[in-house]
Amino acid sequence: MNRLALARADDALILGHRLSEWCGHAPALEEDLALANIALDLIGQARSLYTLAGAATGHDEDHLAYLRDERAFTNLLLVERPNGDFAVTITRQFLYSAYIDPYWRSIAATQSPLAPIAAKAAKESAYHLRHAAEWLIRLGDGTAESHRRAQTALTQLWPYTDELFDPITPDDIAVPRETWDTTVNAVLAEATLTRPDPKWQHRGGRLGTHTEHLGHLLAEMQSLHRSNPGATW
Amino acid sequence: MNDLLVRARTAASTVCDPEIPVLTIADLGMLRDVRLSGDTVEVEITPTYSGCPAMNMIALEIETALHQAGIPHARVTTTLTPAWTTDWLTAEGREKLRAYGIAPPPPASTRRALFGETTTICPRCSSPDTEQLAEFGSTSCKSLWRCRACREPFDLFKCH
Repeated sequence: MNRLALARADDALILGHRLSEWCGHAPALEEDLALANIALDLIGQARSLYTLAGAATGHDEDHLAYLRDERAFTNLLLVERPNGDFAVTITRQFLYSAYIDPYWRSIAATQSPLAPIAAKAAKESAYHLRHAAEWLIRLGDGTAESHRRAQTALTQLWPYTDELFDPITPDDIAVPRETWDTTVNAVLAEATLTRPDPKWQHRGGRLGTHTEHLGHLLAEMQSLHRSNPGATW
Repeated sequence: MNDLLVRARTAASTVCDPEIPVLTIADLGMLRDVRLSGDTVEVEITPTYSGCPAMNMIALEIETALHQAGIPHARVTTTLTPAWTTDWLTAEGREKLRAYGIAPPPPASTRRALFGETTTICPRCSSPDTEQLAEFGSTSCKSLWRCRACREPFDLFKCH
């Protein structure tokens, strides 16, 4: 099993599923379309990554997405956080995209088996990053209420960001923290938001130790496949 | 044998993108190769976006088109390398898009162009006085715009 591809696939699938929960519920039609489109990109990336991850052991994408239990998922804790309000969803998307966009571009330039998938994903993540950054600025520098919500979201999610920088396998590449800091600090400044400085950072997603939220997500996502084994469209 | 490949390529080239029916997969640059593998014609396509939901339907339509062209043994494969770019849209494809009411994409040749200030021309009245309404549109490959001159909303085929 390609553990690197598996973990990156888990990140993309879980975040994609979270965004898909907004379908039909977003604050405006344009955002409903945007979040569904981003979800589609992420789930598409997950499909390619799962296919790569399971190629050596004969596990297909459906097996890896639908038939593994919570402890076998190695996604970041950040991406399984519940959607909360629109500010939480946008902030989560921004913090993840600010890391994964330079990550895909870097690994696309290597000989890694992930490189072809990364080259496609990088084009998509660039749009995701821009979308989330523009919204975060609009919310932070918007009304008193939107500012309060964006700052609350940032404070809630910040303790899940250190895990982004942990390499998954010895052959994984790491995006320098300064790269992420440059993007994040510039957007936070424009958004008039304060960068949190928590004493504690949560970890464990990469080891399969998840928050209570992932189990509920998997129950919903996997129930159809598990109750109809082998079902296809 | 050569004749078989020519017929296969011609047939595959007629398949349209179900989401933008004025464009064929050849116009889009999605059709990457048509080759012979034993007695099977192999058609290689590349997805526009990782999650493009039209891929399965396109593959099915290629097989159908080849079958109708009298080629019984056909197989469709997908490749991710090199990654698809809107720069592969043919000149004819760009003109078809415009005529259909979708602004063709700006060149993607540099990453800077992806986010630089580029002028979007209204596909209906050709005015450059346009504004983006939403980054994401009705499909992955489009964003939503409005022309300030003729007031018509329109789609832009996003640079990729």
